[in-house]
Amino acid sequence: MRTISEYLPEHPFFRGLDERWIDLVVGCAANTHVYPGAYLFREGGPADRFFVVRRGRVTIETSTPTGSIVLDTAHEGDVVGWSWLVAPFRWTFDARATEETSLVAVDGACLRGKCEADPELGYALLQRVVQTMSDRLQSARARLLDLYGNRS
Amino acid sequence: MSTQDEVATERSRTVDSAMVPRQFVVTASRRDTRDTRTLELRALGDEPLAFGSGQFTMLSAFGAGEVPISISGDPTRPEVLQHTIRDVGGATRALVAASPGTMLGVRGPFGHGWQVADGRGSDIVFVAGGIGLAPLRPAILEVCADRASYGRVSLLYGARTPEDILFGPDLRVWARDHDIDVEETVDTGPHAWRGRVGLVTQLVARVAFDAAHTLALVCGPEVMMRYAAQALIHCGVTADRIRLSMERNMKCGVGLCGHCQLRELFLCVDGPVLSYDRLEPLMTRAEL
Ligand SMILES: Cc1cc2nc3c(=O)[nH]c(=O)nc-3n(C[C@H](O)[C@H](O)[C@H](O)COP(=O)(O)OP(=O)(O)OC[C@H]3O[C@@H](n4cnc5c(N)ncnc54)[C@H](O)[C@@H]3O)c2cc1C
Ligand code: FES
Repeated sequence: MRTISEYLPEHPFFRGLDERWIDLVVGCAANTHVYPGAYLFREGGPADRFFVVRRGRVTIETSTPTGSIVLDTAHEGDVVGWSWLVAPFRWTFDARATEETSLVAVDGACLRGKCEADPELGYALLQRVVQTMSDRLQSARARLLDLYGNRS
Repeated sequence: MSTQDEVATERSRTVDSAMVPRQFVVTASRRDTRDTRTLELRALGDEPLAFGSGQFTMLSAFGAGEVPISISGDPTRPEVLQHTIRDVGGATRALVAASPGTMLGVRGPFGHGWQVADGRGSDIVFVAGGIGLAPLRPAILEVCADRASYGRVSLLYGARTPEDILFGPDLRVWARDHDIDVEETVDTGPHAWRGRVGLVTQLVARVAFDAAHTLALVCGPEVMMRYAAQALIHCGVTADRIRLSMERNMKCGVGLCGHCQLRELFLCVDGPVLSYDRLEPLMTRAEL
């Protein structure tokens, strides 16, 4: 397996990020391996990290009175979690591995500190996080239309 | 009779014959999902219905009405006419209920199809949503039959739930035997579902294709097709290389009644398949 400093610069989320910033991100990152059923985070918990999926499958879930619902899945190459960058820094969903999953976990508090010290890094990361949020928002809105059900 | 009159008479004969349904008998009916079935039909008199992928027929269950339905079968086997029909109302309910031996009326084939052969030598991206996989199936089979002529081929398919996924066995054969990168996703899935949950357009960025040399064929609900086209453009595919099948309401199927008119276009003859550069200005305007 490639090291984090080899892997991250090629990842779509980090692509184009200045080399010195990549080094800063790598300084806050660690490889993690989780087994099926393990939660990466739970709704309401402190959002102190985000994850880059290297291999495996993660479900983004929310609880309802009749059980939990899968809202989205994340697979190889996806980034999971943006609440680490936005106050009140609490998770808004559950995230759970459904297979053996390898991830890069990035320490959000460590990275927030570096963003505050270097607003240029903060802006570059914010742009990427906003892109992820906007993709997820569009997906959620489109699915609200129940496109395939209603032939709209 | 003047030449002009002869042309007019010939045209009216062609139109007349296009308005008269031919009789077909249902030879098989297969359940695809809880609301969708595929019918196999044979022409009485056995003259097969040659068609191009992406074309449709006006299909009638006697006494229940006539509706446009795309042909979902193999263009190299015109002797078997296949239609995959989702039960949404009066006519489609009667068609889905038609058992072997039932006689149905067929007019057509009509319309301008996918012309997938234009993509020979380049990569192909199929994007299908829901029942939209049915009109794409003939084009996919065409590519499978001549696989070496195409570059990378991917099929991105979104359905409402895992139970709504059409042509499961076909999807596996296309991936295994024809080197097609098949990616499926559902809007909502039970915990037992091991695939993706999310919008089909999210898959566009995940598959490999050379955007400058790609032909994209998209079929599904209009809003989904628009989002898919935007995602393809974002990845560098030009609008003239993105084709959508516009399945608006139709009546005559031959450009006479105006039911299918979308500003200057008559979708039954100019379409249903049209490139996104022509459609974009019309699709983004409300109530057109
Ligand atoms: C070129 C073309 C190809 C088509 N191919 C297929 C196909 O392969 N398989 C298939 O199942 N269906 C296909 N359709 C859609 C099919 O024609 C309609 O579902 C059918 O006309 C509905 O008629 P009905 O009498 O069963 O329902 P109705 O009682 O008339 O309507 C029931 C509901 O369906 C909606 N509806 C009706 N027609 C359409 C339409 N064209 N698009 C979206 N919503 C519609 C109505 O607004 C209503 O909400 C195609 C349509 C076109 C124009
Ligand atoms: S359906 Fe009559 S003009 Fe197109």
